[in-house]
Amino acid sequence: MTATDTLSRRRLQLPDLARLSTVGLRTRRLRAGLSALGIAIGVAAIVAVLGLSASSQAGLLAEINQLGTNLLTVSNGQSFTGGTAELPITATGMISRISGVQQAQSTGALSGANAFRTPYIPSVDTNGLTVQAVSLNLLPVVATTVAQGHYLNTATAQEPVAVLGAAAAQLLGIDHVYTGERIWVGGQWFYIAGVLKPAVLASVIDSTILIGYPAAEKYLGFDGHPSTIYLRAAQTDRVNAVDNLLAATANPENPSGVTVSQPSSALVAQADAKSALNGLFLGLGAVALLVGAVGVANIMIISVLERRSEIGLRRALGATKSHIRTQFLCEAILLGLLGGVVGVALGVTATAVYAHTKHWATVIPTEAWAGGIAASIIIGAVAGLIPALRAARLSPTQALWSV
Amino acid sequence: MTHTPPPTPDITTVATGDGAAIDSAGVPVLDIDCVTKSYPGEPPVQALREVNLTIGAGELVGIVGPSGSGKTTLLQLMGTLDRPTSGRVRITGLDVATMADEDVAYLRATRIGFIFQQFFLAEHATVLDNVADGLLYAGISLKYRRERALDALELVGLAERPHARPTQLSGGQRQRVAIARALVGEPAIVLADEPTGNLDQATGESILALIDRLHQAGSTIVLITHDHAIAERTPRRIEILDGHIVADSGPAVGTETRRRALAGQPIHKPQTASGAPVSEESS
Repeated sequence: MTATDTLSRRRLQLPDLARLSTVGLRTRRLRAGLSALGIAIGVAAIVAVLGLSASSQAGLLAEINQLGTNLLTVSNGQSFTGGTAELPITATGMISRISGVQQAQSTGALSGANAFRTPYIPSVDTNGLTVQAVSLNLLPVVATTVAQGHYLNTATAQEPVAVLGAAAAQLLGIDHVYTGERIWVGGQWFYIAGVLKPAVLASVIDSTILIGYPAAEKYLGFDGHPSTIYLRAAQTDRVNAVDNLLAATANPENPSGVTVSQPSSALVAQADAKSALNGLFLGLGAVALLVGAVGVANIMIISVLERRSEIGLRRALGATKSHIRTQFLCEAILLGLLGGVVGVALGVTATAVYAHTKHWATVIPTEAWAGGIAASIIIGAVAGLIPALRAARLSPTQALWSV
Repeated sequence: MTHTPPPTPDITTVATGDGAAIDSAGVPVLDIDCVTKSYPGEPPVQALREVNLTIGAGELVGIVGPSGSGKTTLLQLMGTLDRPTSGRVRITGLDVATMADEDVAYLRATRIGFIFQQFFLAEHATVLDNVADGLLYAGISLKYRRERALDALELVGLAERPHARPTQLSGGQRQRVAIARALVGEPAIVLADEPTGNLDQATGESILALIDRLHQAGSTIVLITHDHAIAERTPRRIEILDGHIVADSGPAVGTETRRRALAGQPIHKPQTASGAPVSEESS
């Protein structure tokens, strides 16, 4: 019909758009780099915080896995009347005969006995230490070893000999085991055979003075009832099956008076818990991102002012307002993206370096890097919106003839 | 970099769209009908008052006037960079007032070439890409734009240095690049705003000679200047003062346009066989 119909509107082809939107970045590199820096710092902070938190969690979980998640503990709970529901003396033997139980070892708390460095220490200064009778193969089950000296054996279990948990040794002021060293336990001297390393899965052992069952009965009037039984399921996938049988097996007369727990699950829950500091650092990262966005917006506005003649020329060459808008919006998005990519790289590097020194696996959650990139694109777009609109609104005559 | 094959129709059709229609219908390249332009203010500034002007294909028109006479406003209206307060501007028969902004932009991309006093070249881009940008918004692939740009550079005598940067060129050479950019799309009309204003006398002469040569080869060119000496050299002179056209020498004697205008025939744009305004010039 009319000749206007022959005029079709042209969109820029992608390579042309890419070339146009990098004009500002290519011609003013330092400025582009500095304005992208704010976003880079923000993204780096966020990626590093999320990455470090995920890596430390992965490290802790790896440690827990190494210690074994097949450890179960059975302890005496409360009886119906509120007193302690004693585990039967036979409980350890019964449990070790459950199919699927690899090994069961027990400790029995001596409620009346306290341990002191010397008899002259006031009896109220117990340091919170407990004295427990222990079975002889306890250490492999709770995944710890002897730090110094020796553990109890069939001979020393009969005699007034004690082994100290890691924290107990520290609290009693014993950092070195020498022959003839002794402590005052339940009103008599016990010789020290050794000190244990910390038991991560059974931390109660750490603040315990360990003595043999026969010695406890002979010297301290122990009744022989175990208070906690540690056991390992043969395979990790049988933990639940074993778990279900434990209460009834340990105390057939009063299964409800038995507490069964899996120590590793508590640690896993602890590993999952986010550090309160994470929130703070994420907040700081968000502030840096905001400042970065303001920086990009500022630079884009200046850029539009400086490039008036370029804008006017492009309009004279046939660019529509939408072409100009798209060009400047894409430039701002590219600036943001540049900051985002650099920020992710920095964050990943920081995480990798720190995780390496801690011997953790480097874990960068997908949402951290993908979110960082996405956030930087969105920030670029938002920051570039007003400058792009201003550029598009610029009248070509003013842009070209008022330079 | 795209590898889109060049469009099959030749560039004349692409660049000037319905070029054939202009010829057959005798539509002038530029038709300004009772155009007024005023700028808001207290009192409003009347930059142009009821200006009538028709320019046929192949003309070289010098518009001369002192500063403030309205010649730049006239150029802006002819270049569709601004719209008149009243009256009609038709480019190759298309009434700008009835067209959407996007369509006017496309009209500029394909049918109007601009030459500015300040050249307005992109310093970071090569000479070739500066020229190729003249077709950037015409919807043509980069490869083809560069081919056309090389042809246009040959036209202005700069074909040897397509990969130089504008900063490595002299002022005259820069203006030649800008002229090549204006010509690369083979527009229906080229508007030159004081093209020698930033150049010394000798360089300005060479640019004017180039413009004259392009005119001889068939391009329609409007040359805006404040310098009567320059306007004296154009076949058709229009004097503008206080927003009025005070003198118009009319289509030049001896030209095809003049002959047809006198005979009452449509004004016809002469074209070479290839559609290119000129091909033998190389220096």
